[in-house]
Amino acid sequence: MLRAALDALSVAAVPVLLAGVPLVAVLRRVKVYPAFLDGAKQGFETAVRILPALVAIFVALALLRASGALDAAAGALSPVLEPLGIPASVLPMILVRPLSGGGALGVVGDVLRSEGADSYAGRLVSVMAGSTETTFYVLAVYMGAAGIARYRHALPAALIADLVGFTAAIIVVQLMF
Amino acid sequence: MGVLWTGLLLLAIGFAAANGRLAALTPAALDAARAAVTLALGLAGVMALWLGLMRVAEEAGLVRALARAARPLLRRLFPEVPPEHPAMASILMNVAANVLGLGNAATPFGVKAMQELETLNPRPGTATDAQALLCAINTASLQLVPATVLALRAAAGSQAPGEIIGPTIVASACGAVAAVAAAKVLARLRPLPPAPPAEGR
Repeated sequence: MLRAALDALSVAAVPVLLAGVPLVAVLRRVKVYPAFLDGAKQGFETAVRILPALVAIFVALALLRASGALDAAAGALSPVLEPLGIPASVLPMILVRPLSGGGALGVVGDVLRSEGADSYAGRLVSVMAGSTETTFYVLAVYMGAAGIARYRHALPAALIADLVGFTAAIIVVQLMF
Repeated sequence: MGVLWTGLLLLAIGFAAANGRLAALTPAALDAARAAVTLALGLAGVMALWLGLMRVAEEAGLVRALARAARPLLRRLFPEVPPEHPAMASILMNVAANVLGLGNAATPFGVKAMQELETLNPRPGTATDAQALLCAINTASLQLVPATVLALRAAAGSQAPGEIIGPTIVASACGAVAAVAAAKVLARLRPLPPAPPAEGR
């Protein structure tokens, strides 16, 4: 039931938006095509902007893998990680996600490359990246903009949200695939 | 992040030295750097498609429409913010832009909301409950379609790049509910101390 609903959502989301957004825009007399081209220009910029972070993370993780450190960590932590449903290759995600958005994308790319995009690890790391945010960066920007030095419970609340997001990602991916 | 990255590199090199695997490091590093560029460039097409579509959505007023739809819920989440206060409008636009995945639009609205909430703050410099809640909501991902992850999956040759959309929405919703619940409960456990008495000089 849940599975079917989520599958339908996954299948329909992009086509519905691709058809629906331009339709609404045309009805509202927006100049759709120039608007699209103007936005699309940023696509290449986005790719270029995340490139340095991808290189940094890919190299670090490739070295860890080639040195055998990732395997050693996986072996040492597997009694803890395995029952939790966390493949060792996904572990860097949990470390990097709250700190760096580009870094998190690097971890996603690394897992997709090393384990395959349609593997359990590949799906899990995709859902984790999509369902959480760069917590420390967001807090620094938002609090800093308002000149706030004492965050009170904002950080613990945000970290609890991350933890719940990661846990939910594991449960949903195991239920779905 | 700098410390973490350096630490990972040192760990890898130390480990390789101990294992006699130093020879494997150079090709691995060079290969990874090249793969990163291939992947980043592979993203460009999907990102262009998505950002183009989202610009159309913005110009069609979808952010505003979504903000209107979210108003009853957000008024309830921020009872201490007067409904007609400019902070409320910024909070609404921030949340709506986040849901559509318009990161570049969401951040300025969020920053403005934080600054406007600060004008309601009896203890400037210490976060109010509303400010902590807004931050917590923003650190949980609200976006409906994780476009960058989709682009990465497509670039990595996934058979079904979109199959993670439904699961991502569910996991995001869990995170967002947890953010609100944690912020509300923690605010009650450790309330903001009352405003300091005005200094009479």
